Amino acid sequence: MSPIVLSFVLGFSAALARSDLSFPEAVAKGLSLYLLFAIGFKGGASVAAHGVDMNLILALLSGVALSLLLPFVAFGLLRFLTQVSAVDAAAVAAHYGSISIVTFVAATTLLAGRGISSEGYMVAMAAAMEAPAILSALWLASRYGKETQRVGPELWREIMLNGSIVLLLGAFAIGWVTGEQGMKEIENFIVSPFKGVLCLFLLDMGLVAGRGLRGSSKVLSPGAVAFGFLMPLVGAAAGLSTSVALGLSLGGSVLLMVLGASASYIAAPAAMRVALPEANPALSLTLALGVTFPFNLTLGIPLYILIASAIIGS
Amino acid sequence: MEMHKAKRVEIILEAVVERQLTNALKDAGVTGYTVLPVSGGSGRSGYWSREGQVGRAGGMIAVICLVRDDRLDQLVEAAFTVVERHIGVVSVSDAYVLRAERF
Repeated sequence: MSPIVLSFVLGFSAALARSDLSFPEAVAKGLSLYLLFAIGFKGGASVAAHGVDMNLILALLSGVALSLLLPFVAFGLLRFLTQVSAVDAAAVAAHYGSISIVTFVAATTLLAGRGISSEGYMVAMAAAMEAPAILSALWLASRYGKETQRVGPELWREIMLNGSIVLLLGAFAIGWVTGEQGMKEIENFIVSPFKGVLCLFLLDMGLVAGRGLRGSSKVLSPGAVAFGFLMPLVGAAAGLSTSVALGLSLGGSVLLMVLGASASYIAAPAAMRVALPEANPALSLTLALGVTFPFNLTLGIPLYILIASAIIGS
Repeated sequence: MEMHKAKRVEIILEAVVERQLTNALKDAGVTGYTVLPVSGGSGRSGYWSREGQVGRAGGMIAVICLVRDDRLDQLVEAAFTVVERHIGVVSVSDAYVLRAERF
């Protein structure tokens, strides 16, 4: 077992047992800023070492397409399994089309622990997949639900310039520009402590997920819970198909499966609160953080590695 | 010490629309307000807390304004354009201020 997963389990169990263990909001944000900067920088430095080619551009375009399409599947599946309104289903769809960067970071670390490398530009692909799903969800809400807010400057700012995307892409650019030399200069800060910080962050995520699940159990119907387990598998399958088409390595394929399978709980929730305030935030956040995130972290990632190894080979 | 009557408007609103609210207040001529963080609470959706949260969704803020009676309607109407669709509470109470020329 990995200390990363066990840290999450500790937080999750502590929250369910009603322990008073907690992280101040500022500490949690600080840990998240560190992780986003480190993963972005390492991705950029890796691209600098290997160079830019057509594969990177194709990967980015495929990531955008995947993020645009997954909400339609999520919307249909959730409406089939539950009685939720079109607006609620569209908001949930935005979360599942977008990605969870922490699940991605955890998968990257678990892969590295097994000696499986991946393409450096997967970080850029992750960033590219954050926002498109939000636009698909807004279209779905306006098509099947009530009139939604026009995508004005405030919403565009929320979608394109939210802090996690800016930091991830900014750190990626810094890593890319400074390359190997830049990496040498800050390696002691962004490489060695990384796993320890990730453990602490996942402990916090476990606490938040456990508290959310405990407090919102009335929000989730059996159909919604089933959706929380099924949708990541659908997303992972879509990610695997895309990775085969792109010819990604085993590590890259697993990461794309994880991106397809994960659900956002930073970028998409904020954008949905601005654009679709009528949607119930407890439903989408509890599903993303209380059901799908623990599933991906404990069972999903090992399963995706197993499937990708069988199909792509090591 | 002489005190002057004023209205205290407290708006507790989703943090994601803080800028929209403060912009609406400025457009309505309200230049003075205070934004306070809110650490948790309970409402129609049950108990919530900011402990350990990293995203802005789910967070709330409190915006407090002190205005003269004659400017109250203008302020509340401006605030309502933002508050209407979002989770939040708006309350108005009587207050006294020491330096009337500042409001």
